[in-house]
Amino acid sequence: MAYFIQQLINGLTLGAIYGLIAIGYTMVYGIIGMINFAHGEIYMIGAFLAIISYLVFGDMGIVSIPILLMGMLVISMIFTAAYGWTVERLAYRPLRGSFRLAPLISAIGMSIALQNYVQISQGARVKPIQPVVQGGFQLFTQGGFAVQITYLQIVIWVLTTALMVGFTYLITQTSLGRQQRACEQDRKMASLIGVNVDRTISLTFVLGAALAAVAGLITTLYYGVIDFYVGFLAGMKAFTAAVLGGIGSLPGAMLGGLMIGLIEAFWSAYFTIEYKDVATFGILVLVLIFKPTGFLGKPEVEKV
Amino acid sequence: MSTEPILRISGVHTYYGKIEALKGIDVEVNEGEIVTLIGSNGAGKTTLLMTVCGDPQAQEGQILFEGKDITKVPTDQIVRMGIAQSPEGRRIFSRMSVYENLQMGALVTDPKYFNEDLAKVYKLFPRLEERRDQRGGTLSGGEQQMLAIGRALMSRPRLLLLDEPSLGIAPLVVRQIFQAIKEVNEKEGMTIFLVEQNAFHALKLAHRAYVLVNGKVAMSGTGQELLSNPEIRAAYLEGGH
Repeated sequence: MAYFIQQLINGLTLGAIYGLIAIGYTMVYGIIGMINFAHGEIYMIGAFLAIISYLVFGDMGIVSIPILLMGMLVISMIFTAAYGWTVERLAYRPLRGSFRLAPLISAIGMSIALQNYVQISQGARVKPIQPVVQGGFQLFTQGGFAVQITYLQIVIWVLTTALMVGFTYLITQTSLGRQQRACEQDRKMASLIGVNVDRTISLTFVLGAALAAVAGLITTLYYGVIDFYVGFLAGMKAFTAAVLGGIGSLPGAMLGGLMIGLIEAFWSAYFTIEYKDVATFGILVLVLIFKPTGFLGKPEVEKV
Repeated sequence: MSTEPILRISGVHTYYGKIEALKGIDVEVNEGEIVTLIGSNGAGKTTLLMTVCGDPQAQEGQILFEGKDITKVPTDQIVRMGIAQSPEGRRIFSRMSVYENLQMGALVTDPKYFNEDLAKVYKLFPRLEERRDQRGGTLSGGEQQMLAIGRALMSRPRLLLLDEPSLGIAPLVVRQIFQAIKEVNEKEGMTIFLVEQNAFHALKLAHRAYVLVNGKVAMSGTGQELLSNPEIRAAYLEGGH
């Protein structure tokens, strides 16, 4: 039981990372019907920016952990958002209205280009970071096994929950969110009521990238090491999460992220850790066979 | 008041790829008028309305709205200048509630008008108030049409474009909708440019009318003139209307 709860705690933390990245996939798919394969790299850049800002703040002599965390968060979100915006502007917007596969190929190209850009500018070696948030406490001990929650895990959960709540509010309750949803449902009509569609699409990329940056920051803090290649697998899994939850659905992306995190944690704990990716993608295949729209995906039911 | 029409379309050509859908259209709409454009399927009626909104843009010719050239202005800017459209197929945001759809319509206006405008739309179409929290996609065709017109009105337009509001709707509801169009025109002085296949209803309602054939204006006149024109009767009115 204790072991189970420990894995649950670990899985939820992992799930938070996947969920945050998955939102970017699902939103972009929702609005322009395309899988942004460069999104994993955006997340990787977020992780690098977290380390860079950590080093810069360290040089400036900032030692207060809350200020340091806040600073890392803000810096990596802002700059990663700028990357997201630029990628859309350079690689996807010129191809809008082109055939369906063109932006997809452009996305794969962008993904490779960003990986190489980071590899060349930051070096290919693994980048370590010292633990920023240390310590934790024991929840309880059972049969000699202590269930632990680290302070970092609590920070991660609070941060992720706050972002998801804020983000859900933004999409469902604000004018910006309504414009975003309008573009998702009918871009032509959206422009006919005065929505600037191009700007809304840019905004979608910016928001998705900012959330991916948070996932990058969390990865950096949680694992302590990153390299230019972390975006590939994490991106694949977050994409899986988005599909699992129902691509195009925001709550679906969050749910899918948590599920993938939990599957991975439990599989690693009870079966073989080497096959955790096989388990994740295997479950994706099963879900797609029996529920092609994902868990919260919406099949279109419309009266004509 | 100046005599300059609120909308002046002159020599407009629009293409879809290589296909010329509009072959030099001249149409004028004066302030306070209901002008209707009738014509058969594929004559270019919808294309003309969409061209006014800049989607697609006219390749030749000029469109002036309140004296300003809007031929090459992006669609969302045109809407902000005061043109609203209830488009072909109604294009309700199906996964948004009726209320949210109306909120979307009010996007370009000052929020201070929202409650007043909402009350007006609900008064015009009481059904929308009853269905306020229902998702747009679950409304009947007639209700969707009311919502599409209501949504367009929420942007406080000075020119309202309506594309076939009677299409696929029960005759009784069609009468209601035409009544509402008339009311908006008479009470609010709204200028309306109406595209219709249902020529009988449209001509009865309109001050002036244009007949579009194959991308060109074939005839124009007052609604009454065209109603009594034998050619028009033969082509558009005979047979069950």
